Amino acid sequence: MTTRAALFIGLSLATTVATAQEIRPGSAFLSPEMRRQQSDEARNPGFLWVEQGEELFSRRSGEAPACITCHADPERSLKGAATRYPQVDAGSGKLINLEGRIEQCRTQRQRQPAFGYESPELLGLTAYLASLSRGLPMSVTTDGAAKPYLDAGKAVYERRQGQLNLSCRQCHDDLVGEKLRGDTISHGVGTGYPAYRLEWNEVGSLHRRLRACSLGVRATQFDYGAPEYLALELYLAARAKGLPLESPGLRR
Amino acid sequence: MTAVVLACGTSARPAVALEPYAIAGDAIPAPLAGLSGDAQRGRAVVLDRTRGNCLICHRVPEPDEPFQGTIGPPLADVGARLDDGQLRLRLVDASLLNPETVMPPYFRTEGLRDVAPQFRGLPALNAQEIEDVVAYLARLRTP
Ligand code: HEC
Ligand code: HEC
Ligand code: HEC
Repeated sequence: MTTRAALFIGLSLATTVATAQEIRPGSAFLSPEMRRQQSDEARNPGFLWVEQGEELFSRRSGEAPACITCHADPERSLKGAATRYPQVDAGSGKLINLEGRIEQCRTQRQRQPAFGYESPELLGLTAYLASLSRGLPMSVTTDGAAKPYLDAGKAVYERRQGQLNLSCRQCHDDLVGEKLRGDTISHGVGTGYPAYRLEWNEVGSLHRRLRACSLGVRATQFDYGAPEYLALELYLAARAKGLPLESPGLRR
Repeated sequence: MTAVVLACGTSARPAVALEPYAIAGDAIPAPLAGLSGDAQRGRAVVLDRTRGNCLICHRVPEPDEPFQGTIGPPLADVGARLDDGQLRLRLVDASLLNPETVMPPYFRTEGLRDVAPQFRGLPALNAQEIEDVVAYLARLRTP
């Protein structure tokens, strides 16, 4: 096994993030048929959520302005936005992901109750906005105010956790390509999320996927939107810098 | 036992004191708590996804089990390679031999972090289950 080599590389790159050349997107680990299906809008069920999100984006609820009232021509104006999340919110100084930004507009600008994580509305809007960046390279900011969050995410990624005492890195760097039950272990990047998982029979967020990995090692499942998962999300996005965003992904 | 504890909900419990054991070389020669193992029960523990769940990482000679893992070494002849005491130590805490190991510690509650509430303070397998799995593995002798 290459654990020692991997550990050594890990130490020598301690302050940086592995470069995108060696990290492959989740789709690279799919069967050719599923890969074709993911890229085919007519056959990827995730696009049903995209369509619902698109419809919701122009819908008014009561007095509140619709999203499109403020974000005209979203195909142009919000193209690429998803590649820059998570990011530090200038107002609060907190790290927020795309879901968090949408909820912010929802509660502060539309003055409507938040949709909530994993609601069909939030999944639809997130999948729709992510789809506007399909194929564009991930380009999150990792310096300045983002740096402490990046470091925190890296720390969570590298520490052993749960009753089975495994770190994310042991699986998603050291064991890439190996079979864990029926799954081939990928680099564990988040660029396909929200994604349609056959196991879920629906679209789910990245944090839902992270909760599944936590459960897999019998570790605490943090809440949706918890600081631990947000920081991890930033670290995963930084690891995936330059990789094409591929949401809505299609997964087993 | 695990099932009963699971049903008690998610509150954290004080760690149960694990039966002590003595290490000699790369082995724990004496059975935990002097218990004797049952290979048939051990087989069930190995296959059970809520207990051993060993097949996510290992292959065993069970043709009816699809999707066996390739992360750890195949176990088909492990009983010919390792004696009971060596098997026991590798199950109890493989990190005693290899600090970087991926093999989970099945009989340890210390030094773990962020353990899910329903598993906190409990070993992944209890002493009887460890002995049962040792008995099962000891019979795997054909590559
Ligand atoms: C025991 C091994 C294991 C550990 C530990 C683990 N994962 Fe996973 N993870 C998997 C498997 C298996 C899959 C499904 C196949 C795949 O895409 O890699 C997966 C999938 C993922 C995915 C989805 C990839 C995609 O394209 O669909 C992400 C993201 C991920 N893991 C992140 C993490 C993070 C972050 C951690 C640490 C909190 C972690 N994983 C811990 C095994 C593991
Ligand atoms: C009343 C006007 C208004 C409404 C309604 C509104 N937004 Fe916004 N939105 C803004 C403004 C202003 C910003 C820029 C905030 C900033 O940069 O700090 C923004 C930012 C965003 C961003 C971040 C863009 C980027 O490049 O980072 C997203 C995504 C977004 N809004 C989505 C939505 C969605 C989805 C809705 C409907 C649920 C919505 N907005 C409703 C005004 C609005
Ligand atoms: C997360 C993956 C994983 C799981 C789950 C797992 N193992 Fe392992 N196992 C390994 C790895 C990797 C090794 C190699 C140890 C090393 O290199 O430190 C190993 C080693 C072993 C060995 C020593 C084999 C030898 O030839 O030296 C035995 C015996 C063993 N495992 C049995 C089991 C049993 C029984 C279970 C279930 C109760 C189990 N393992 C669960 C990954 C795993």
